Amino acid sequence: MKTKEKRPKFLSNLRSISKRKLSGDLSFKMFVTLIACNIFIVLGLMFFQIIQNSWLSIQTYGIGFLVGKTWQPFPPSSSSLPSFGALPLIWGTLVTSAIALVLGVPVSLGISLALSEFSPKRFSYFISFFVELLAAIPSVIYGLWGIFVLIPFLQANVYPYLQAVLGFLPIFQGTIRGPSVLTGGIILAIMIIPTVSAIARDVFAAVPNSQREAAIALGATRWEKAKVVMSYGRSGVIGAIMLGLGRAMGETMAITMVIGNSFNLFSSFLEPGSTLASIIANEFTEASSPPVYISALMEVGLILLALAIAVNGLARLIIWRSTRKVREVGLV
Amino acid sequence: MISLAYLALVAALIPLASILVETIFRGLSAMSFSFFLEEISPLGEPGGGIGPAIQGTLIVVALASSIGVPIGVFSGIYLAEFRQARMASVARFLNDVLTNVPSIVLGIFGWTFVVVAIGWSVVAGAIALAIMMIPIITRTTEEAIRLVPATMREAAIALGVPRWKTTLTVVLSSAKKGIATGILLSVARISGETAPLLLTILGSRFWFSGFTQPTAALPVAVFNFSQSPYRLIDWPRAWGASLILIFIILAINIIVRYATREKYGASNI
Repeated sequence: MKTKEKRPKFLSNLRSISKRKLSGDLSFKMFVTLIACNIFIVLGLMFFQIIQNSWLSIQTYGIGFLVGKTWQPFPPSSSSLPSFGALPLIWGTLVTSAIALVLGVPVSLGISLALSEFSPKRFSYFISFFVELLAAIPSVIYGLWGIFVLIPFLQANVYPYLQAVLGFLPIFQGTIRGPSVLTGGIILAIMIIPTVSAIARDVFAAVPNSQREAAIALGATRWEKAKVVMSYGRSGVIGAIMLGLGRAMGETMAITMVIGNSFNLFSSFLEPGSTLASIIANEFTEASSPPVYISALMEVGLILLALAIAVNGLARLIIWRSTRKVREVGLV
Repeated sequence: MISLAYLALVAALIPLASILVETIFRGLSAMSFSFFLEEISPLGEPGGGIGPAIQGTLIVVALASSIGVPIGVFSGIYLAEFRQARMASVARFLNDVLTNVPSIVLGIFGWTFVVVAIGWSVVAGAIALAIMMIPIITRTTEEAIRLVPATMREAAIALGVPRWKTTLTVVLSSAKKGIATGILLSVARISGETAPLLLTILGSRFWFSGFTQPTAALPVAVFNFSQSPYRLIDWPRAWGASLILIFIILAINIIVRYATREKYGASNI
């Protein structure tokens, strides 16, 4: 109802003007609608193709695929069948994404507060330009940097001290290796910072000034004012974090290059591991012989696709709902 | 607490600075005239260049753009012009979801869709990359068109111009800067994509030999060199290829973002 009031009705009036114009409009509408259908077709076809190609593995391993702990495309004896289970991969994806969020989110929120609340406009424009450049760097270059710069640095300067201080925790025990789950998490943290901070900054910028003025009128300090802004934009921030989570889960190249790629239900973050995405990047082109091998990798892709769509869909929904409040009042 | 926020800012800029400095210095050591022009020698074999990878990236990105740009722009027009249609809001939501589908999954999709039929090929890579760029272009085109003042549209309609003509001339030409921004940023984005290419164009050491053949690409070359055990020969080549790649991508980004400042929703990409 609302949208009808907002927009002039010249469109429906056109109908009476001339039939020729109407048919032009109609065919134009049909043309662009048809092209816009690519969105449905691509998504539908993607699901169909990936499900169809992983069907063999779904049928062979059933639900056991999700909880299985072995990955043996080429079994040691010729009599036994290849076996696949994705639990260590799911575990790897969840742990690296969680590390990325724990490390990346506070930094991102700090950045977006610094840019939207504490800095002069000019400075924050200038800096957000650089933060956005971080998002433009290809993932394979993050990976290269991870292998040759970050890993040697962490191995020499961070992990020994980490283990000395927090070594009593099981997650920091064991031999220190450069390529590890923790390294993967750290690289993901760096990669999600631009995504999360850009959206959180927009969310904070959409907080109405009356909130800030009210806080200042009550005698709030600059930090307390920022807290008011954060709590007002809470749900938008949650959406931003989930979008970051989606990015972390789907990230492929950088993590493939630094996680060590061992199929391993790790308990220490200093062990190497694998994620859903990294095993596909690593093994797909070589997985030709048993058809079930390709199919199993497809099913891994299917799990990844489902996870990514669930997380991102939820994130978009949250962001959409949190900004709708602001949109309806007409402040944006 | 405020100083902590600034500390976070500095912490985020350190990796950026480190990546740029390391890539430039380590990459420059691999640069030579022949590095740009020669075929890629096998891993561990000195000499050779990166020529086919540069060529391959240009060809794949150009082909992907020629598929993706028209589809993306027209889908964006649909979302902006018919935004009240129920299908439009569903399409907008799914488009956002599609933007965030992991790139490796697009690679798998390209594989099932094209590689199975015609083998590892330029076409497969281009289709995977086109699917990646379409949602980005759709989104930025929609946003650019929405920024066109309603008065422009009304003026054209008052002059008796049919609506479709208004859209294709008046509206598109006032939104062209924003649309171009989206296109260029999506080109920059797909130029650096590795995961989908790994599963579709496979990589090669030789010059382009047809659209249905595997080809080389810069990001794939970076990955392959980085996995090599020959540190003295291949690692500098990885950095050299990275330097070329990062130069192309950052040049597009800096020029586009500088030229358009903060007008368009570039931060959402």
